[in-house]
Amino acid sequence: MALPKYTETRYRIWHYFYIAICTFVFIFLIAPLFVIFPLSFNAEEFLVFSEGMKNLDPDAFSLRWYKDMVYGTKNPWGLAAKNSFIIAIFATLGSVILGTVAALGLSSRHMPFKGIIMATLISPMIVPLIISGVAIFFFMAKAGLAATHTGIVLAHIILGTPFVVITVTATLSGFDHSVTRAAASLGSNPVNTFMKVTLPLILPGVISGGLFAFVTSFDEVVVVLFLAGLENTTIPIQMWTGLREQLSPTILAVATCLIVLSTLILISAELLRRRSERLRGINR
Amino acid sequence: MSSETKQILTTDGIPLEISLKKAERKNKIKAFLLVAPLLLFLIITYIFPIGEMFTRSIDDKMITNMLPKTFKSMETWDGKELPSEEVFSSFLSDFKILVEKKEHGKLAQRLNKEKNGFNTITKKLFRQVKRNKIDETQSIKEQIMKVHKRWRNVEYWQAIKRTAPPYTSAKYLKAMDMYLNEDNKITQVSEDRRIHRILWLRTVEVAFFVTVFCFLMGYPIAHLLATLPMKYSNLLMICVLLPFWTSLLVRTASWMILLQQQGVVNDFFVMIGLVADDNRPEMMYNKVGTYVAMTQILLPFMVLPLYSVMKTISPSLMRAGKSLGGTPFVAFWKVYFPLTIPGIGAGCLLVFILAIGYYITPALVGGASGTLISNQIAYHMKTTLDWSFASAMGLMLLGGVLVIYWLYNKLVGVDNIKLG
Repeated sequence: MALPKYTETRYRIWHYFYIAICTFVFIFLIAPLFVIFPLSFNAEEFLVFSEGMKNLDPDAFSLRWYKDMVYGTKNPWGLAAKNSFIIAIFATLGSVILGTVAALGLSSRHMPFKGIIMATLISPMIVPLIISGVAIFFFMAKAGLAATHTGIVLAHIILGTPFVVITVTATLSGFDHSVTRAAASLGSNPVNTFMKVTLPLILPGVISGGLFAFVTSFDEVVVVLFLAGLENTTIPIQMWTGLREQLSPTILAVATCLIVLSTLILISAELLRRRSERLRGINR
Repeated sequence: MSSETKQILTTDGIPLEISLKKAERKNKIKAFLLVAPLLLFLIITYIFPIGEMFTRSIDDKMITNMLPKTFKSMETWDGKELPSEEVFSSFLSDFKILVEKKEHGKLAQRLNKEKNGFNTITKKLFRQVKRNKIDETQSIKEQIMKVHKRWRNVEYWQAIKRTAPPYTSAKYLKAMDMYLNEDNKITQVSEDRRIHRILWLRTVEVAFFVTVFCFLMGYPIAHLLATLPMKYSNLLMICVLLPFWTSLLVRTASWMILLQQQGVVNDFFVMIGLVADDNRPEMMYNKVGTYVAMTQILLPFMVLPLYSVMKTISPSLMRAGKSLGGTPFVAFWKVYFPLTIPGIGAGCLLVFILAIGYYITPALVGGASGTLISNQIAYHMKTTLDWSFASAMGLMLLGGVLVIYWLYNKLVGVDNIKLG
């Protein structure tokens, strides 16, 4: 952002001040994620940069905490990771199916009571999590689903569907409905039309909604804290207990893995968004 | 047109109007059937349970069902002097049934909540009943009064009478540090026991300041992202999106490392000579930690809506403002800023509502001052198991959130919310 030559000094100063503020905010946003990386390779037990690390001494770095994460007997990270993935995958599937079907109905212009139904469908996103947690716990306790995987999956479907509904309705808002009519006039039945025509076109929106649902489930701790028993422990629960008791470097190793995972998710979400914009651009 | 005009018929001979309506209705049903599975699922698993929270929070039927005869006979009692023989005898018969069902402990607990001291005297009465010491042919009133001197105190009988209605507002009053006194008047609890009001205020305060900080930090960078050329802004956008997609607990953990006394931030302050090495300030387990961590965690929720609004503002508007004689500041304030208000509204609403229900981060980095109302709800859900109190506080919080939505809808309009 070069300034024109004729810029007055006071605006010049203001401009550099503005750039400085922005730089500070960007560092504030991203830097915390990067402290975790080096410290997770610490050879010592303390969560500070040792002298050796500052001098880049190779002996000061080790994979010790990653080994502890995988093989450590005290740390149930393996079970937690397994549970987290199982729960997140099923919750995502459920959210995507329910949410996409609902979004199809919602974006029909014949839909009655659109406003109030939309408000109901996205309410789990609006209501503070702690309240959702209490309400969902009451239901699961009554249905005998507390401390079961099924209960947690259902809870995460509740929390995940609003994201799918929102992204898919947004995708459908740019959708040209004459293609489905064309398919119908060529003799295709509605299910076939959906699978062959509509779904491929709205797929980027569906998948990015699914990513939101996956991350919501994978990262969710408030509701799980109410619902989970010892057998249903997840990565966020383990991190929560770990952080409360004592910050160990093993947690940082786990955190590093999670950052890598979220980077992958970010990349796929961005690619999908661009693809979706391109597809919708063609339709217009 | 006269009514004589022939109606337009379809090939089936049905008037077009009717046929069209039929088709429309079919479409309506079709659309509704698509939404129905999710709607039904949410109503059963989510909306009803929220309703159940309400009935739970005001429910006081347990004791009403425990002492049915007592409350019936108390209806005629004026509540000023000790009740009549009839009340005493019906209380005793209710109590005997409870002893048989082994529920007298529950009764004692509930009554003790209403007035301290019931535990002891109920236990004493229980022992007398168990040993069959009470002779039903004699005056029961006299005998019960002999069990313990508190049974002779009218205040305890008034307390029992107060528990008669099947519904109670006690939990809501408790959440505001108030209670109903002997004369059914709302009174405040003694000053040293007013904990909840502090928590409510602190929750609102934290949410408010975090929103302000997010706005102050988010506005400039959203503006920069929206005005920079694509290839730079895409790169910088990663700085916003990566934290957005990263686990909340990971980000909290990194703040715990950064802010600890031997942490990087303190190292940096020592390095630039801001503080002495042996006098490192405590930045975690207090409000500073809560504000810093929550602001960073919620900042993307402010930047994304702001960015999507700013992206649609044409740069030529600012140029036009300047060419019409406005200084850059005037052009910004009069042209650009008003156009970003929908984004500001959406961002602030999102951040405020997320912040007001937060509890993971404050609980980890906030220390004693990080206890917010959500922590209290979780505490009563998991530790004291006072679910009706947790429900009452949850609903009060929900009420607050709904009021904010309503205000927002009046001022800005919910349709202006954008998700990234």
